[in-house]
Amino acid sequence: MHGFLQYIQSYLDSDKTPGGAGNIFWATVYILLVFAGLSVAVIAMNWLERKILAHMQVRLGPMRVGPHGLLQPIADAIKLLLKEDIIPAEADALVFWIAPFIVVLAAFTVFVVVPFGPTHAITDMNIGILFMLGVSSLSVLGIVTAGWASNSHYPLIGALRSSAQMVSYEVAMGLAVVSVILMTSLGPEGGTLSMIGIVQAQQAQGEWFIFKFFPLGLVGFFIFAIAMVAETNRAPFDLPEAESELTAGFHTEYSGFRWSLFFLAEYSAMIAVSSIAVTLWLGGWLRPFPNALTGPTWDLVFSLFPGITFLLLAVMCFYNTARMPKHPLFRVQTMGLAGFGVVLALIGLILFIPAVRVRVTDIYWFAAKVGAFMYLYIWYRGTFPRYRFDQLMKVGWKVLLPTGLVLLILTALVGMRTELWAELQGVWRP
Amino acid sequence: MNPPVATPFFFYLLAATMIAGGILVITRKNAVHSAMALITTLLAQAGLYLMLYAPFVAGVQIILYAGGIMVLFLFVIMLISIERAEKERQFNKQWLVGIVAAGALGGLFIAVYTTTTKGKILFPEGQLTYGETQNTQAIGSLLFDRGAGQYMFAFEIASLLLLVAIIGAVVMAKKRI
Amino acid sequence: MTDPNTLSPLDLETPDKTFLDANELVINMGPQHPATHGVLRVILRLDGEKVMGLECVIGYLHRGVEKIAENRTYTMFNPYVDRMDYVAAVSNGLGYCEAVEKLLNVEAPPRAQYIRVILTELNRIASHQLWLGTHALDIGAITPLFYTFRDREEILKIFEKYCGARLTTHAFRIGGLQYEAYEGFEKDVKNFVNFVKPKIDEYEELLTTNRIWLERTKGVGKISGKDCIALGVTGPVLRASGVKWDLRKAQPYANYKNFEFEIPTGENGDTYDRYIVRMIEMRQSLRIIEQAVEGIPEGPIMAKVPKVMKPPVGEIYHSIEAPKGELGYFIVSDGSTQPYRIRVRPPSFVNLQALDLMCRGQLVADVIAVIGTLDIVLGEVDR
Repeated sequence: MHGFLQYIQSYLDSDKTPGGAGNIFWATVYILLVFAGLSVAVIAMNWLERKILAHMQVRLGPMRVGPHGLLQPIADAIKLLLKEDIIPAEADALVFWIAPFIVVLAAFTVFVVVPFGPTHAITDMNIGILFMLGVSSLSVLGIVTAGWASNSHYPLIGALRSSAQMVSYEVAMGLAVVSVILMTSLGPEGGTLSMIGIVQAQQAQGEWFIFKFFPLGLVGFFIFAIAMVAETNRAPFDLPEAESELTAGFHTEYSGFRWSLFFLAEYSAMIAVSSIAVTLWLGGWLRPFPNALTGPTWDLVFSLFPGITFLLLAVMCFYNTARMPKHPLFRVQTMGLAGFGVVLALIGLILFIPAVRVRVTDIYWFAAKVGAFMYLYIWYRGTFPRYRFDQLMKVGWKVLLPTGLVLLILTALVGMRTELWAELQGVWRP
Repeated sequence: MNPPVATPFFFYLLAATMIAGGILVITRKNAVHSAMALITTLLAQAGLYLMLYAPFVAGVQIILYAGGIMVLFLFVIMLISIERAEKERQFNKQWLVGIVAAGALGGLFIAVYTTTTKGKILFPEGQLTYGETQNTQAIGSLLFDRGAGQYMFAFEIASLLLLVAIIGAVVMAKKRI
Repeated sequence: MTDPNTLSPLDLETPDKTFLDANELVINMGPQHPATHGVLRVILRLDGEKVMGLECVIGYLHRGVEKIAENRTYTMFNPYVDRMDYVAAVSNGLGYCEAVEKLLNVEAPPRAQYIRVILTELNRIASHQLWLGTHALDIGAITPLFYTFRDREEILKIFEKYCGARLTTHAFRIGGLQYEAYEGFEKDVKNFVNFVKPKIDEYEELLTTNRIWLERTKGVGKISGKDCIALGVTGPVLRASGVKWDLRKAQPYANYKNFEFEIPTGENGDTYDRYIVRMIEMRQSLRIIEQAVEGIPEGPIMAKVPKVMKPPVGEIYHSIEAPKGELGYFIVSDGSTQPYRIRVRPPSFVNLQALDLMCRGQLVADVIAVIGTLDIVLGEVDR
């Protein structure tokens, strides 16, 4: 027993990830935490997407279940779980059954290497970014098989579209990623594929890679930002599930629990690719303005942000509690909203405790950056029409791919400019 | 110290998965089922690469084979009418020749293995531990390094070959470009 | 890509197939499909994603409106016409009332005419707003739908205040109007005009210069003016193909000749031009409304029409420019209280014919865009 406690204790003193330290107990805890956090994030994302989209479109969105529709995702989840589980008679039952699990497994497995902080990752792999790209590319297998197994035309076309789309955009995505890997090799540590290593390289080089070799880093970031939307099949690249053409694309024949697995996978894939973008270009867990606003005072101010955010959310809750109609029918909702506000305020206060604060700041900044991407996803959906399939391919192959190639060469040239210059002089004056 | 992951248990598990997957690939009548068995085989193979302390090769295996090539396989298979293909005769009754060929190949493998490990123990005990970090860099320097980059030429030729294949496919498929 | 203009409408042959061509796919789109605007069924023949040909199957909403007319008196049939193009019910009513008036040889008094024009043009805006919202939704932009429906609500409110109904208004009577314009009608209309002008700019801001919108609509579903005329296509679709034909100018009815407005035309006859033409039409309608509401004369709202209508034996064809194109009524009277035969020339039905020609050689996604841009209402197609 004592040995076990010591085993648990031993990790807390180390500065490694649980996987790096080989601590199975903490690795399990981290896996469960990431899984739970991800589920909560997907639920919150579901509510936020509906709310934000609704407000962009001059309507209210869900308002009935819970105060301001806060319990709507839970109601939806219950509805989906209770629905009849239909497997079409002519479908290939086995493949139909496996497909959603492939998608979900791929979407969740990538989080093994996502660095929420220098030690807050399940493990740190030497090939971290390669692993993420590889495993997330497996989800297309699930989509393709889902479309095929449904044995119906619309899902089949949806599946064909999405496989073509995801394979094409992976190329552009890969090129943008490689340009970042080139940038990491310029630091004192040498090049790395590890997710934590990439963030540490940005820390060591003193700038986020989005600003590196302006505008090269920015261009790479944009290529990735476009490709990642296509990769996750979201608007304006949501052709595989283009509602107006293919009803629901590859998951037309799916219902209930299996459909919700696709839903879960889509949102966690969105979070996963956003995490890649944040890690590679936006400095991962690093706080903003690391150079301009330095010193212990600013460190303290920035470490207060998580608590302040939660307190602000709590204040919003209380404000809306006060605005609730005073009708007796709304009493439960008003109390619920106030209770939610109290919970948020308590979380905020806990986040002010120094011991907690130190451990949480990294996760907060990472989550905040990923959250910005999530907002972008919703914004795109509210603003853009949908690309046509050939136009989508044109953007992928004729715009993003050449830009990515040029970017890669330019990054290499700029990165190696001193060596190149020396070399050229050597040739010139023998 | 960490318990090593590369234990015999995992090796036999992955190897068994690979063999089972491989057998399923050639015995399934439905081409999509075969393809999925092939994916299992490839993923298990990626696991074996990991056990050999070659994470980069494992990652490339997943991205290229499981994520890229198999998707294209499925893409093509899906356009074929499965119902019709299942009714057609898919197997040639040449198992005798097949067994002889397979046996010969197996014999060759064993012969090569025994000659190269002559004087050494055939199944050595104990585990080798390499630094995980060396793999990616080692492959990089083998391919591109000035001194040690002996495979540079072969690598570039291979990529040129692939380019030719792509252009050829486009020329064949498109009547007008 | 095959240029649809080089194919004659009857040319149903597919291009030569090579051994590498994938199997042809026949897809049934509708009658229950989110983008077929009701119960249109389209059978698509696809080569990959390319449309090799298509066939429309209609009649799912057939209610026999024309047959019903033969068993109703002229007055009793009036509300039925609202149920054809239910998003432009006022225009349908105007066409029918004017046709019967022509048959009876009466004319509505000027005050009635002005109010008719105001309501019809308001309805044109409402119809175009509904078209814009659903069309954009089909192309994947979900937000314009909510904007247009928000503003269309204001028009429906005016209708509701005027005659009590919002959708199937039955606003006009044969010989004029039943209801006098309510107190504050003019103010409401003026307010609406001022309200909706910046809103139309708002729709345009979302779409007109949007890259994706341009790519999705430019060059999509092209049709030449010649083909339009050959197929009988009218309305904004015809005008977008460069033919300056608007019945409000060509054969002025309902004192449209008193108002100043322009007929917008396009050049390329593609989906984008049709979008632009309709957007300008909304602005021109506002212009007409502004002029009409300034000049509403005093006077009676009903001409002298017999209680029991027995038009003389004969036949009449009268057509108006409905939001979707030429809406014509052909009425045969045998001198009794009921029409012998009524035949409606619905613009949606005729325009739908062009779908095959416009979609040939395009992609599946374009079929959706073209169905949207034709602005069909299945109630009118099937009648």
